[in-house]
Amino acid sequence: MTSQLFFQYLVAGITYGSIYAIVAIGFNIIYNTTGIINFAQGEFVMLGGMLAISLHSMLPLPLAIGLAVLITMLIGALIEIIFIRWLKSPSILRMIIITIGISILIREAALHVWGEGVRSLPYFNGNEITTIQLWGTNISPQVLWVISVCSIIVLLLSIFFKYTSLGQEMRACAANRLAATLCGISTKNMVTFSFMLSAGIGALAGCVVSPITYTQYDSGTGLAIKGFTVAVLGGLGNSMAAVAAGILLGIIEAFSVSVVPLAFQDAISIALLLLILFIRPHGLFGSKEAAGLKDF
Amino acid sequence: MTLLDIKNVNKHFGGLQAVSDVSFAVRKGMIKSVIGPNGAGKTTLFNLISGNLPLGSGTIFFEDRPIHGLRPYQIARQGISRTFQNIKLFPGMTALENVMLGRHTRSRSGFMAGMVPFPATRREENEIKTKSYELLELLEIRQFAQVEATSLAFGQQRAVEFARALASEPQLLLLDEPAAGLNIYETAEIARLITKIQSHGITVLLVEHDMSLVMDISDEIVVLSFGQKIAEDTPSAIQLNKEVIEIYLGGADA
Amino acid sequence: MKAGKYIPVALLALVLIGIQQLTQMTGTVYYLTQMTMTAYYALLVIGLCLVMGYAGQISLGHAGFFAIGGYTSAVLTTYNLTPLLEKGNVLISFMQASGVLVTRQSLYGQTLLSVHPWPACIVALILATAIAFLIGIPVLKLKGHYLAMATLGFGIIIYRVALASEIFGQADGISAVPGFVLLPDLIVSGDFNNRVQNYYIACSTLIIGFLLLQNLIDSRVGRALRAIHGSEEAANAMGVNTTRYKLYTFVLSAVFAALAGILLTHYNGGIGPSEAGIMKSVRYVAIVAIGGMANLWGALTMAAILNFLSLRGMFGSYDDAVFGSILIIIMLFAPNGLLRLPIWQFFKKSPAGK
Repeated sequence: MTSQLFFQYLVAGITYGSIYAIVAIGFNIIYNTTGIINFAQGEFVMLGGMLAISLHSMLPLPLAIGLAVLITMLIGALIEIIFIRWLKSPSILRMIIITIGISILIREAALHVWGEGVRSLPYFNGNEITTIQLWGTNISPQVLWVISVCSIIVLLLSIFFKYTSLGQEMRACAANRLAATLCGISTKNMVTFSFMLSAGIGALAGCVVSPITYTQYDSGTGLAIKGFTVAVLGGLGNSMAAVAAGILLGIIEAFSVSVVPLAFQDAISIALLLLILFIRPHGLFGSKEAAGLKDF
Repeated sequence: MTLLDIKNVNKHFGGLQAVSDVSFAVRKGMIKSVIGPNGAGKTTLFNLISGNLPLGSGTIFFEDRPIHGLRPYQIARQGISRTFQNIKLFPGMTALENVMLGRHTRSRSGFMAGMVPFPATRREENEIKTKSYELLELLEIRQFAQVEATSLAFGQQRAVEFARALASEPQLLLLDEPAAGLNIYETAEIARLITKIQSHGITVLLVEHDMSLVMDISDEIVVLSFGQKIAEDTPSAIQLNKEVIEIYLGGADA
Repeated sequence: MKAGKYIPVALLALVLIGIQQLTQMTGTVYYLTQMTMTAYYALLVIGLCLVMGYAGQISLGHAGFFAIGGYTSAVLTTYNLTPLLEKGNVLISFMQASGVLVTRQSLYGQTLLSVHPWPACIVALILATAIAFLIGIPVLKLKGHYLAMATLGFGIIIYRVALASEIFGQADGISAVPGFVLLPDLIVSGDFNNRVQNYYIACSTLIIGFLLLQNLIDSRVGRALRAIHGSEEAANAMGVNTTRYKLYTFVLSAVFAALAGILLTHYNGGIGPSEAGIMKSVRYVAIVAIGGMANLWGALTMAAILNFLSLRGMFGSYDDAVFGSILIIIMLFAPNGLLRLPIWQFFKKSPAGK
């Protein structure tokens, strides 16, 4: 493998990896406040992309993306209010089935609105053949968009959770729901907000990656399962570890192309998920003790 | 003859030493109780014996066979049966079915026999049923046989749980706080049932918080405090033991 | 006293015969095609019902086992071994000598040499059993979300492998699968002349499967399974090897799924990757949920109604959306299944009260 090819794979890996990381963080945000794994997480990414593509036909790109993110956040909030808010201590099995149902409905709705075709946003700078030179390799400026937007999301989220009072309240909810309620925090609103937040970041990631990966009504499922792989790899609930895990999975996937046919790529990363679940269900970075405390 | 022999058993959770170097033996046919204030390590010790927690160090022998390191279902097969502090009956199953499940270790039919029941399997099923009815009779709850177990009154649920535990014809019955959640009348009733069980030749080891129950029925008592055994004697001697009195009064002070 | 539980099954058999007679009289025999397919899908669903309702384990990968059965049988019975035989392959010659191979004419008059459906079926079942064991041992140690994701992951891997492998026909799947000659005059195939016969083959298979499971649930094993569902800790303390029981149940249901896959593949004359898709797995889970989880009759009825409607195209292009909505509505408002809604108790109790 030439060093140039190596670098190309590496960049591709980091690009896809950052998207997986964002999906994983979306899982974590909802998991931390509710203990639910939202199986519809990947659909938020798809919705963000699709909405932005449709809106772009009448609006300039930044506005279309902004609006798409807002609408997706609204949908996220609605999902929580309609399907989840009023359930009293539902079993995990019930929540899994409900969120799977939601993901199917979003996917089918997308199928009927946008059809089966593959769509995409235009490249933010230039077009598909525009490249810039970086360390002797040609890469698309969109790759830089993806990586930097994802980095900014991660940065803003960590500031949000550390320094804003809303973020702190959400963390309090995650740490101890009952205690948070007793301190006067409206845990129900926190849950709604966590759905909005993870819908929002998912949608934004869906927009920046759309020019590279294209968007299709059913692109959410694959993203969801890879995002989950990453979330588990990093230890469920641990968002910083998810970034590292996301990039790791992205790179493994990118380099696997040189060994296994592309068609099997998904099977490879899912096999990896199974392997992790079997060997280290508490994640690469998580501790076994802490994992034992949470009821899965 | 020693039935259960616990030697130098240790268990710690992180920095907390829950059970510290505890040793005692349970002789065949007796009722032995483990008491102690909250957090003394009673329940931990109990879970170590039943295999629900892995042993830190030490040994546990049952009929001179080591049982430490075995899984709960393997320990059950050795002839040790248990009940739970917060009664764990199977929801959606009748009292009778709960007791029938207790016969699991005494019956054999597997998946194939279950799907295609030959006469031998049906015979076994009938045996299980007869035996289970006998136990419901023994514990005076036969009239509830067809009632969903979890819908019974608390004291009756206890009795069903006893019947379920006895269905495996155990040598040793482990009772985890059998009086928990019961009023004084129900507690007296349970005490009577426990002695009745003993009279059928079954050895009983119980962990209990309720002093009245323990003092009335036990042959021997082990007192735990902060994970350590501080006394082991007959009920009358324990009642006079200064250290024990101090712990219980000191516990009341705090 | 056990005879009582066979009466509803006997009634079911009568109803199934009645339906066939009715289609004969009204000239709507074509319905039998979808009913035959429905029966095979129902076979899978009742197996899944055992895993979900009685052993309490979710599986989002059962379409995978269906596909393993179907694809294995399809490949073995269609793969032309003539070139290998001509090359002098010892194994193939041995197989031919021992009678597990058959020759038939392709549509283009070419002579094909392939494995007889019976040995193919047995190989497929053994393969499904083996895979269920291998996957089940680690997977069933997981709980909740992890179990759901792991089984989902397994399903997707099977789907991707089917889609990506040349031997499985990629997106086109495998077609021209021959009929399955069970006995000289009993053939599982989509041939119009065999329609009534196949309806009865499918219904009998389903009823036998149903009886086996019904007996199982009523047995010592079934009691242990329900106990595991109720309290795994207590079941374990009563001497039930919970790990092994969950595993065996999983494997048993995988065998049911694989058998359904094998028979339906021969009936349809082919199989495609969509049979392994996630939506199929989710659909089976939905049907078990609607039937009330731990309710074999519920699963059977719902599998019959919903699959039939779906196969008749009643839901149009909203097929998946319908199953998605059903799934959500049931889980929101009737998590114990349609048949256990409080409204039924109201009907049951009011006359008794007076």
